[in-house]
Amino acid sequence: MAKIIVVTSGKGGVGKTTSSAAIGTGLALKGQKTIIIDFDVGLRNLDLIMGCERRVVYDFVNVINGEATLNQAMIKDKRTENLFILPASQTRDKDALTMGGVEKILNELSENFDFIICDSPAGIEKGAQMALYFADEAIVVTNPEVSSVRDSDRILGILQSKSRRAEKGGSVIEHLLLTRYNPTRVNAGEMLSVEDVKDILAIKLLGVIPESRAVLKASNQGTPVILDVETQAGQAYSDAVARLLGEEVPHRFIEEQKQGFLKRLLGAKKEGAMA
Amino acid sequence: MSILDFFRSNEKPSTANMAKERLQIIVAHERHKRNQPDYLPAMQQEILEVIRKYIKVDQNDISVQMENTDDCSVLELNITLPEAV
Repeated sequence: MAKIIVVTSGKGGVGKTTSSAAIGTGLALKGQKTIIIDFDVGLRNLDLIMGCERRVVYDFVNVINGEATLNQAMIKDKRTENLFILPASQTRDKDALTMGGVEKILNELSENFDFIICDSPAGIEKGAQMALYFADEAIVVTNPEVSSVRDSDRILGILQSKSRRAEKGGSVIEHLLLTRYNPTRVNAGEMLSVEDVKDILAIKLLGVIPESRAVLKASNQGTPVILDVETQAGQAYSDAVARLLGEEVPHRFIEEQKQGFLKRLLGAKKEGAMA
Repeated sequence: MSILDFFRSNEKPSTANMAKERLQIIVAHERHKRNQPDYLPAMQQEILEVIRKYIKVDQNDISVQMENTDDCSVLELNITLPEAV
């Protein structure tokens, strides 16, 4: 039986797909057989972030409609063993995903995988509700910024009332993933701190991903940022994956890093330092 | 903490603090509303219609609230009656 994890946020542009790609890849690297499903019907993007956009033949909706088998639609990742991608459909039909169809596919995948990562669309409409309905755990991706935090709280409310687990009297395990974090700005009093966001949302912290140039560079190339092991963002995602698997890993990159005089003079070329 | 930070602390509160305070208020408010049952607005409408059969009241003169504590729920109904009944 696979563990179903939804990556959700309410607000758009906070890093759901980046995080789905990174965490899915991280789980596969740890030997867990993983599939990442793009639930964003009409606005497919996971394929681009994973760098497999030219290998898409069939999609999620084709499988639901019986036009293709799961095996035909799943794309095996070329870099990472144990990793598969199920792309979203580009159809404009909003009702292309059905609850019954999604359930059937998840049940089928559940027998062959350890982890199913559901990359949710933004918003709180049907697509987002479908992505989270069957989840055992939820990774709520949040930026340290007012609208993102408020929308995260909204999505937590939906997880607590409209998920399958909630309807059966249980609850979805909730994780906070704080992305685009900038310790320098937090110290300057310009940005909500990790503690602030934890206080407001009151859920367990899975990880803090520092704002980093590496993220855009990775998506430019279609490589999940977690594979860029030299970078803070990549390392922070690796830590988050380890925590997801139950390991105790201390949080890094939360404190401002004091730079030496020479480094400041030469400019922060590698990453970070984006005031 | 540097000397600069010491002077800075006397300035107006940071924008991050303002963000936190505003979020705490709006999130608490929205959570409260979320916990109310879905039938509340419809029920409020029906109660209003019954009262209107007898007394002339406005939509805004009636408020229905559900308070949930640990082991009991209180349904509070507040009707402001017009002055000359």
